[in-house]
This record gives sequence, structure tokens and C-alpha cells, in this order.
Amino acid sequence: MKKDLAFQRRLKIRQLQGSSFSALFLAATLVGIFALVILLVDVFRDGIGWLDWQFITSYPSRKPEEAGLLSAFFGTLWVMVLTALFSFPVGIGTAIYLEEYAPDNRLRRLIQTNINNLAGVPSIVYGLLGLSLFVQALALGRSVLAGALTLTLMSLPVIIIAAQEAIRSVSEAHRFGAYALGSSRWQVVRRIVLPTALPGVLSGTILAMSRAIGEAAPIIAISALVYLTFIPSSPLDRFTVLPIQIFNWVSRPQEGFWHLAAAGIIVLLVVLLSMNAVAIILRNRYQKRTEE
Amino acid sequence: MLSRHQNPPKTTVGKSLPSLRRVRKQNPLGERAIQRLLLTCALVSVFTTISIVIMLVAQAAGFFSEVSILEFFTGTKWTPLFQPQHFGVLPLVGGTLLTASIAILVALPLGLASAIYLSEYAKDKVRRVVKPLLEILVGVPTVVYGYFALTFVTPVLRNIFPNMIVFNALSAGLVMGVMIIPMVSSLSEDAMIAVPRSLRDAAYGLGANRLEVATRVVMPAAVSGIVAACILALSRAIGETMIVAIAAGSTPKLTLNPLESIQTMTAYIVQISLGETPHGTTEYYTIYAVGLLLFVMTLLMNLFSQWFVRRYREKY
Repeated sequence: MKKDLAFQRRLKIRQLQGSSFSALFLAATLVGIFALVILLVDVFRDGIGWLDWQFITSYPSRKPEEAGLLSAFFGTLWVMVLTALFSFPVGIGTAIYLEEYAPDNRLRRLIQTNINNLAGVPSIVYGLLGLSLFVQALALGRSVLAGALTLTLMSLPVIIIAAQEAIRSVSEAHRFGAYALGSSRWQVVRRIVLPTALPGVLSGTILAMSRAIGEAAPIIAISALVYLTFIPSSPLDRFTVLPIQIFNWVSRPQEGFWHLAAAGIIVLLVVLLSMNAVAIILRNRYQKRTEE
Repeated sequence: MLSRHQNPPKTTVGKSLPSLRRVRKQNPLGERAIQRLLLTCALVSVFTTISIVIMLVAQAAGFFSEVSILEFFTGTKWTPLFQPQHFGVLPLVGGTLLTASIAILVALPLGLASAIYLSEYAKDKVRRVVKPLLEILVGVPTVVYGYFALTFVTPVLRNIFPNMIVFNALSAGLVMGVMIIPMVSSLSEDAMIAVPRSLRDAAYGLGANRLEVATRVVMPAAVSGIVAACILALSRAIGETMIVAIAAGSTPKLTLNPLESIQTMTAYIVQISLGETPHGTTEYYTIYAVGLLLFVMTLLMNLFSQWFVRRYREKY
């Protein structure tokens, strides 16, 4: 009887623990989301009043009322397009090689480990690499091209890992079916593996791009220029990008520039959001097509 | 190419043969060229690593020919930009570890709790909404976090700690912690979900409740993945640049007080990149010495987490 009572009491405590911790875990999960909401509200409250047509179509200025982010906006577009052009083919080529061609030998393992480690290298180190390799050794100067090549090297590991996962998810049965019909390896890759894996590869690439676009650190190491009163017209022109422009505005003591920074952040977030939307739309469209 | 096989040409067998033979003859060459091309793509990443190492070592050698390695690693003053110059990297390392530790103190409990909630408690519907929402946090550009830390978190904290400096390690670390929550939670959750159902069922069958199953069965079984997640998150916090460059200050100082202004290794590299330090001087080469140290630190942590997963993974 006494033992039974002790058990009952213990059970009550355990049940109480169980339910209170369940609330605690939920609360902890919501902290992150809550922080995100506060961040967005804070940025919009500070910046929305400064976001107008004049802000988007003006060059940087010493007076906050006249300043805009035209050059940074086009700089970001330039870098984004070039980086995508470079990194997509190389990234998908690497993933195909590792998943479909490479025999399971030391070279393959070396490349794989290497890619995993490159994904963890801090972005500022890529900036130092770009400065030494592209700006100085290859004499590209502090140009759009040097920036895009640096961001390419930085985003490649992410793209490769995403593409590998997408390729791995293609069913073996499809591959064997194609081989049984007499297809060569490349035919299998081009006709079976790539079309099926494309949605995953594309969304992985776009996510990597949106990360690269938001990065300021590597570009600061390459070109810290902010007072740029022209839009780059060739890959060898000097440039600045949105995150650097924002960084420059945040670093000023005057309150006016903080509002500019917030307005700039809204523009940057809209760019990133539309890229992610494109990724989702592309993925859904291709998914439907391959299911048919 | 498959379609050609599916629809044989409507000619006689004899006539279609030559074209087939031509395909067979051409293919091996084309196949080999494609394979070479793909291998070249794969080697780009190897080339990247080699150039990072060569670049950092070669440029840092320029620095270490002027400053002794001993001074670099044991000196407690970092004043390369003014006289008298001191090149002790410890204050930068200390600042980096201070902000990264604050970040981990935030991200570890919150990330682990989220992972437990998502893998053990949440219904599938909730999970599908909450997980992507959490993962938005890693996608937000770091300048945005820097802005948030400086213009929102710091003023709020200054109400609590009136003697806090505007640029301080605490707000930068706290915001960085929020940023890496999803890194801890996603990877830990993956490890927890991989724990087989039968283990949970056995514990439930013995009368355990959800909390007991989560903390005494699932977490111990997933410990290798959880530790790896934390190390990766820490390594990310150490390499994080913009938040600390904006909000943590630029005064290299060896301190444990999070209310003070400090400087991290990454923020120092940004400061020099922005300034007018002439190319080729010792001051200029400092960024490569600091960069090399940063690279080695994060690399070791990444390698360690990979080794740890391999060594301690529970296999079912």
C-alpha cells in the first residue's frame, strides 16, 4: 500500500514534468521565429518611410535625403548573373562526375571530403582568396568579374552538395532501364538523371545564389568601394553591391543613414524573396512535368 | 538518344546498319571527352582548396618574416595600426571566442529544444510549417542581423545594463546565436529522426513518457549527430563576419566582459580591407596571418565533427 502511494506520487511528478517540458520545448522553438518577426518589424518600421522611387534611382550621396542605391542594385544584378553562369555548370558537372562517373576510389573520396570542408570555410577567407588570386595574380582588378568568380568559388560547395542529393534521389530502376535499352552513360545522365534531378538542382542553386547575394564579407575584401556614381557596363568595371552599401550606411553615426540602411535591407530582402519564390515555382513546375 | 532506339527508322535493316555503326564508333570518343570535362569540373574544388592554402601560407610568410611566431601567438596586445606596434593575436582570438561562446549559449539550448520538439512532439502538419520558418533564419543576410543587433538589441540591452558600450560583444553574440539556431536544430533533428522507431516503442512500452523517451533514449542514440551539429554551428559563429564587424566594435581587447567593445579576427580583416593600408607593408600582411589562423581553426573543427560522427555513430 505504501509503495503504491509512492509510485502514484512519482507518476504525478513525471506527468507534470512531461507536460511542462512539452510547453517549454514549444516555447523554445517559437523564440527563433519570434526573433525573426521582431527583426522584420524593426527593419520595416525604420525603413519603409525612406523607400521611394528617388531612393532606388539615385546614386550614393553624402546627404541621406538624396542618397540611393542605384549603383549597388545593378552591381548586385551583375554579380548575381555572372556567378550563376559560372557556378551552375561547374557545380552540376562536379555532382554528375561524383555520382555517376567516379569509381569509388581515393580520388573520389578526396574530392568529396574536400567539398565538405570547403562548405565550412568562412566567407571572409574566400574574400582573401579572391583578392590574391583574381584581383592581384590574374590582374582582373577590383572588377565585377573578380567578385563573381570569388562568389562562384564560395557557392560551389553548396550547389554541388544540393545537386548530389538531387541526383542520388533518382531511382536506380530508371537508370538500369535506360542501360538495358543500350544507352551509354552520358545518354543515361542526359535523358534520365538530369531531367529528374533538375528541380532539386535548380532550387539548390538558387538558394546558394541567394546566400551569395546576401554576403558582404568576401566582396569587402575585394572591393570596398561605396561611392560609385555609375552602373557597371562591362565585367571589368568596378562595382559595389547591396550588402556593402547597407553596411556602409549602418556604420555611419548619423541616424538618417540608419533609415537608409533599413530601406536598403527591405530592397535586399525583396530581391532574395523573389529569388526564393522563383526557386519554388520552378521546382513545382518541373516536378509536375516529371511526374507525368 | 533513347527516342532513336524507341522508333526504329522505317527502312530496311540493311540500310539502317551503317548509321548505327557510326553511332557506336563516335560514342566512345564523345563519352571520354565528356568524362574528362566532368572530372575537370570536379577538380575545380580541389584547386580551390590548394589555392586557399598556398595563398594564405605565402602571404602570411611575408608577415612572419617580420614578426616572430612566438610574439604572434603569445602577445596580448594587438596594435598593428599605430605606434608602438604590437602583433599579439590573442585579443582577436579572445574576442572571437567570446562572441562565439555567447552565440552557442543561446543556440545550443534553443536549437536542441526545437529539435526535440520537431522530432518528438510536433505533428507532421506543424512540423511542415515550423521547420521552413526556422530555416529562414539562416537565409537572412548577415548585414541584416548586424543592423538588428546595433539598432535594436543594443538599445534594449542598454536599458538593462546602463554602463554597456554601444559596440559590445553581448548584442553581437546574442543575435549571432539566433542566426545559428537552425544549424543546431536541423542537424540535430536529422540525427534524432534517424533513431529507429523500435527504440522509442520499447521505452513507451515500459511506461516512459515523451520527455523520458526524448532525453533518455533518443538523445543518447543521436549524440554523435548532435555534437557534430554544435561544432559546425560554433565553427560558423567563429567565421561569421558582418554581425561582429557592425555591432561588436573595433577595439582588440582581451576581456571576458561581454558589455565591452572588442574585435574579432573577421572584423579585423574587414577593418583593414576598408582602410587605406598600403599593399606590401607588415600591417597589410597581418590580414593573411589572421586569415590563416581563422582558416585553420574552422578547418580543424569541421574535420573533428566529421571524425566524431564517423567514430561515434550508433548503427542500427
